[in-house]
Amino acid sequence: MEKSIAKLRETFKNGGTKSISWRKSQLKALLQLINQNEDSIFKALDQDLGKSPVESYRDEVGVLKKSVTYTLSCLEKWVAPKKAEVPLLFFPAKAEVMPQPLGVVLIFSSWNFPFTLALDPLIGAISAGNTVLLKPSDLAPACMSFLVETIPKYLDNKAIKVVAGGADIGERLLQLKWDKIFFTGSPRVGRLVMAAAAKHLTPVTLELGGKCPAIVDTLSTTPSKAKVTAKRIVGGKWGPCNGQACIAIDYLLVEEKLASALIELLKKTIKRFYGENIKSLKSISRIVNEHQFQRLVNLLKDPNVADSIVYGGSVDEEKLVIEPTILLDPPLDSEIMSEEIFGPLLPIITLKNIEESINFINSKSNPLVIYAFTEDETFKKRILSETSSGTVTFNDSMVQFLCDSLPFGGVGQSGFGRYHGKYSFDTFSHEKSILHRGFYPEIEPRYPPWTDFKLLFIKLAYEFDYFGLILLLLGFKRS
Amino acid sequence: MASEVEKKAVFDIDSAKEVVQELRASFVAGKTKDYEWRRTQLKAMLKMMDENEPQIVAALRDDLSKPELESSIYEIAMLKNSCKLALKKMKHWVMPEKAKTSLATFPSSAEIVSEPLGVVLVISAWNYPLLLSLDPVIGAIAAGNAIVLKPSEISPATASLLAKLVANYMDSSCIKVVEGAVPETTALLEQKWDKIMYTGNGRIGRIVMAAAAKHLTPVVLELGGKCPVIVDSGINLQVATRRIIAGKWGCNNGQACISPDYIITTKDYAVELVRLPVYVYICNLVLFNLSSQALFILQVDSFKCELERFYGKNPLESKDLSRVVNSNHFARLLKLLDEDKVSSKIVYGGERDKSNLKIAPTILLDVPQDSLIMNEEIFGPLLPIITIDKVEDSFDLINSGTKPLAVYMFTNNKKLKEKFVEKVSAGGLVINDTTVHLAEPTLPFGGVGDSGMGAYHGKFSFDTFSHKKAVLYRSFAGDAPLRYPPYTNGKLRLLKALLGGSILGIIRALMGWSKA
Repeated sequence: MEKSIAKLRETFKNGGTKSISWRKSQLKALLQLINQNEDSIFKALDQDLGKSPVESYRDEVGVLKKSVTYTLSCLEKWVAPKKAEVPLLFFPAKAEVMPQPLGVVLIFSSWNFPFTLALDPLIGAISAGNTVLLKPSDLAPACMSFLVETIPKYLDNKAIKVVAGGADIGERLLQLKWDKIFFTGSPRVGRLVMAAAAKHLTPVTLELGGKCPAIVDTLSTTPSKAKVTAKRIVGGKWGPCNGQACIAIDYLLVEEKLASALIELLKKTIKRFYGENIKSLKSISRIVNEHQFQRLVNLLKDPNVADSIVYGGSVDEEKLVIEPTILLDPPLDSEIMSEEIFGPLLPIITLKNIEESINFINSKSNPLVIYAFTEDETFKKRILSETSSGTVTFNDSMVQFLCDSLPFGGVGQSGFGRYHGKYSFDTFSHEKSILHRGFYPEIEPRYPPWTDFKLLFIKLAYEFDYFGLILLLLGFKRS
Repeated sequence: MASEVEKKAVFDIDSAKEVVQELRASFVAGKTKDYEWRRTQLKAMLKMMDENEPQIVAALRDDLSKPELESSIYEIAMLKNSCKLALKKMKHWVMPEKAKTSLATFPSSAEIVSEPLGVVLVISAWNYPLLLSLDPVIGAIAAGNAIVLKPSEISPATASLLAKLVANYMDSSCIKVVEGAVPETTALLEQKWDKIMYTGNGRIGRIVMAAAAKHLTPVVLELGGKCPVIVDSGINLQVATRRIIAGKWGCNNGQACISPDYIITTKDYAVELVRLPVYVYICNLVLFNLSSQALFILQVDSFKCELERFYGKNPLESKDLSRVVNSNHFARLLKLLDEDKVSSKIVYGGERDKSNLKIAPTILLDVPQDSLIMNEEIFGPLLPIITIDKVEDSFDLINSGTKPLAVYMFTNNKKLKEKFVEKVSAGGLVINDTTVHLAEPTLPFGGVGDSGMGAYHGKFSFDTFSHKKAVLYRSFAGDAPLRYPPYTNGKLRLLKALLGGSILGIIRALMGWSKA
């Protein structure tokens, strides 16, 4: 493994990844990889997670194609140095900021969106001109194998490598020196990644998780809006990998008096989308493996939690399926309300007044996203200014992921750093400042021996008091 | 009284916890988010500096023997400018930034909102104890955070003064100074912060980042490195020399993270120690067609000339040079200078005054690459000149080491400039000058690789202490059923077209003319 990394470093040093034409050719090759292997990708996702082709396209293939296309169209603009303003005092001078690749970068991806979370950062790293080692998650083994086998067929092996393996390989990789580490996963492992990076002063981007709440304040408006709200909630909970997504809705906050209406709407929508019961479940992913299955089942073991189930609750251990489950007011100190659920269980917490949702959310650590279904402009402003999260989405769920102009990342326990669109390019770049100066004019007061005149001169210069400077030079100003 | 003394004597983990709790309560209460509060604090800082200039200059003289001009300009004036810039521009900085939305999320509107991170820790260094403490604090205040500042104990007079002044002028329920050394810093690092900014060396930088990792706290590390200066031929040698001197000995006597550390120039210019010829002054003005041999002599001569002009024949007695900060660093520098294979390479200077902690500006020629002085950041008044065959070789030489905070190059060759800018990786580059990019608030100031991560100055300070929250506003209209199950081939076709972004594609899909 050390040899592979040495090779990557050599390729970077020799300038193999610098040219825009190389970067574009790699991105185009990636697009080809995706286009020519769509069926295999769908198959691997079905094998690992039971994802249907529409979900796979919507959340993985389509997202990636869009990302590559967008990057290809903007790359030249992003790579160009940006001019910076220079005050008159520095004349003649030119200042600019030039993005440069960081070098050899390590990308760790997660199992729930095994293609998007591996290849979207890869797109950013390539566009910024780096060499890359990609370590996909072994918890999605078919997808990992696909990447290991297929990437070398399309991309430049001297610059982009994929390594298979589990936590032990990950640990070994973390001992080495990288110029950047990009990690998507849990806060627990995020800490280990950052601690390892600290030894080499390696900058990191951590895309972690959290409990993403959805505030529901629109049921009392028109029935059609209520229906749309229900669809978007259901789509935002069980749509992305059956709740196993960092941006999936974790729990709902709604006023007491609207809870039963909401539950009815949700039940209807779930049945329509996914089927009447666990036997006829379709268009929904399964739980990734036995370990996660047990973890979720254990969340429901607490009798107080089990009592709060108002819909669903059935499980099928053989097929690793848990049906969409709704809970009403489980105890706030239960595990299901303190851990990130990452599964198909949806607690609904009722409040006397919807405004209390702000304090409720603030009592937990900062989530990746806060969803709020409301048309009250004042409430929207309060949510924005009184809560903190990576992103806030009003009146919908999940779609912010598609917006290339919005930075995607967390804050606090949900992570730091961001990507998507140009932010991907930036996250794998170093913005180098450059100042060009001329030899003339020479300003004597810059140099010792120091005198009162020189002190006053510089003071005026720092205040950009050009008039004062003239007076001083003409002898009309004294200290 | 007794309990106050006790309190002062021990700042331990519990004290650190209390401080953070108090600041967090202030933050949660919204005190620091308030726009007017931020303005008041920045104005208070300006007043603080205006009303205490002599005390600040005295403290810096105590700690570093810093000449009054350096204190007034590089610490006070620069800070005041930074404050004024923040006061002037803050109303723009705090405004949300509109973001474009695409067809995929139509209809919608999007923006990026800056919000404070919360409670931040600023750990500063001893060489510019005022600037490196308060400049980050300016950014943190402008962004709306509560702050703990931990100044360096190696500049104790300034640290105490800061503690006193900040308590008197600024809102101590939101901005606190904690004095102390390793135990106090360790106690602070155990706490959970929303951001830590550290200025100092790589060894401590690693410790800071490892401590931050436990709480997933993002960090900015402003570290150091060996900042080389490449000197090409065909330039105004006198101006170049003066600018190098100003950046080296004029900046706290070489004890600055962006001071020129060593010079790389071609063998053609390799230097022999010669007396000071008078013709140097005249020739310097007409430099372009001089033979390399003459330039060769001129370079070191140029240094000697200008150094004498600036600091006199007895630089150890010049009031315009800072001293070495303390006996540890003094011993460290002497170790670099007195190493066998190095001490014979001194071509100018080398005098030292242990009782006053002064070392004269010293130039060395062709020290071996494996000497101590070429393998650690000098951070002092010693300037090695190393020589290479071709000036382009310097780029590979620099890139073979760890990435520095800054690289400087003096040249008039346009192609060389372009190659330099493209090839050399460092925090920042300056062509035909040294260190002045620090004063340019439109340029991000920070390192890369071993010289650090993150950047600040100007708006970059505001950004570094902010979280940029993405906000998407959607309406209820336009709810496409193709988003939702049950999933069908028709929906797949439509989705492909929608994500592909072309209106034609969408129409074709709606008409059933595209393939699934």
